[in-house]
Amino acid sequence: MPDATGLELIAQRVRDEVGEDAVSGTTFFRRQATLQVAPGSVRDVLTFLKEADAEPWDFLSSVHGCDYLPEEPRLGVHYQLLSMARQDRLNVKTRVGADEPTLPSVIELFPTANHQEREVYDMFGVVFEGHPDLRRILMPEDYEGYPQRRDFPMGGEPVLFTYNEKKLPNWYG
Amino acid sequence: MADVRGGSYRERERSTTIDVVGDEPIYGTDVPNAADLEPEHELMTVNLGPHHPATHGVLRLLTTLEGETVTDIKPIIGYVHTGIEKSCEDQEYWKAITFVERMDYLAYYFNAMAFCMAVETLLEEEVPKRAQYLRVVHLELNRIASHLFWIATAALDIGAITMLWWGCRDRDLVLDLFEMSGGQRLHTRYFQVGGVFEDVPPGWAAKCREFLAVMPERIDQYEALLDRNEIWVRRNRHTGVVPQEQLLELGVTGPLLRASGHPWDLRKAMPYSSYEDFDFKIPVGTVGDNYDRYRVRLAEMRESLKIVEQALDGMPEGPWITPNRKVALPPRHELATSMEALIHHFKLVTEGFRVPPGEAYAPIESPRGELGCFVVADGSAKPARVHMRDPSFVNLQALAPMGEGGLIADFIASIAMLDPILGGIDR
Repeated sequence: MPDATGLELIAQRVRDEVGEDAVSGTTFFRRQATLQVAPGSVRDVLTFLKEADAEPWDFLSSVHGCDYLPEEPRLGVHYQLLSMARQDRLNVKTRVGADEPTLPSVIELFPTANHQEREVYDMFGVVFEGHPDLRRILMPEDYEGYPQRRDFPMGGEPVLFTYNEKKLPNWYG
Repeated sequence: MADVRGGSYRERERSTTIDVVGDEPIYGTDVPNAADLEPEHELMTVNLGPHHPATHGVLRLLTTLEGETVTDIKPIIGYVHTGIEKSCEDQEYWKAITFVERMDYLAYYFNAMAFCMAVETLLEEEVPKRAQYLRVVHLELNRIASHLFWIATAALDIGAITMLWWGCRDRDLVLDLFEMSGGQRLHTRYFQVGGVFEDVPPGWAAKCREFLAVMPERIDQYEALLDRNEIWVRRNRHTGVVPQEQLLELGVTGPLLRASGHPWDLRKAMPYSSYEDFDFKIPVGTVGDNYDRYRVRLAEMRESLKIVEQALDGMPEGPWITPNRKVALPPRHELATSMEALIHHFKLVTEGFRVPPGEAYAPIESPRGELGCFVVADGSAKPARVHMRDPSFVNLQALAPMGEGGLIADFIASIAMLDPILGGIDR
């Protein structure tokens, strides 16, 4: 992990090269470095970090979503970057609101994001603009709602048994 | 009983060949010449799976074929999605270990390890040295068991049914060890936050050494069976090759990446749980075909045996779980004498421990690649988010470049060598 100083240097380089408002903050917690970026500039920041930065981050190991419900904007998307040459990791994080959750897709930059962005869309409803095949991946295609959001009820779906067969309307169709 | 058609079998067989028939058209004169026909380019869509043994679970592959050539592959997953990540949000941290173990069901120690490591990072909990070594021993035994089951099923897909019996037979030896140390054969829940659940029982190390003594010979036997087996070599050599750059772009890690010659292994690159104490090598391939993937995994099993042996030799004395009573249960005998221990026990069992707010990502090297666990804590006793970056889920994206343009039979071999675990993919 870059240390706290290294993280600030990365943030400064991103501010200089991508834009002053691209970085909204940095977090250094438990020796893990997180760069918070504005949702609109995710692709620009990742392009810079992968291709133009002096210390490039060439491997995207994970994209995952998160719901920080009481906070606003509530949905978070994390990009776990890895540098195999320097054995180092950097977390790039962005936050979008639930009313219009759109982010630019990074699939052109990192093809590995294909399935992972689909999973974030499936579970949190974050729409990745520019994704060629943004469909649900784990839930059924006709499923309604985004189950990993914190306000989605646990056990909210009735399970069909013979005793409640008549109480569940339209279970067959 | 005499054949009523007369003549020997060999004679009748020859009677149907062209040289016996001569220049006479067999089917009459109105049949068009094959060369005058328009060549047919018909695409056929075949659904491989979800219920087929060669898909290693419930993987559905929408495959487009042109003759026997695969032109397009679309994996369709989610058939065993059980919402484990969501269920974890309703469990205390120590109960969630049971849930995450059921994701990748062949590498349950690894799931528990990644989750515990993430929670320990958030808690800043130091794991005792003996617990780290015990974890390494179990992780590496689990890696061997996982690879054994992989070679058993992968060889079965290619028709070598002997390997199925041999692989499962030897995996049973590992499961016996797990049963002895953790009480269960699968999903042992042996790893706890802060250490392991219990020290290994007396006699366990001796039994483990018996396994270490017998296993190299068994691997020799697999190699004798498969290494130069003509069918095995012809099915695997130069099939499913993906360039290393493309593998890296697709986020592929683990034996698939190492088979292409990239020596990336988190145990070496970013050591955790005292892996830096052990002397082992990272097997890599040269071509990156299915045969290399097989060789790399077999060599990895030998390296794992070496690690287990070193860990048993150098096993330090001391506690096997953190002495922090706010995180780990007090020993059973203290409950009868110490009121404080009783209170701690009660609080831990009824409420669980609280984790300070924050988020952590803990990556480890599972048998299939980088297994990362992302945990968000909100200060309560339950995680706000648990996410597993499962290597099978990411590696599955390499299936299309492995299969497209090749024959469908090679594609089946590529699925086997990819080693997807659908429990981990769908979670």
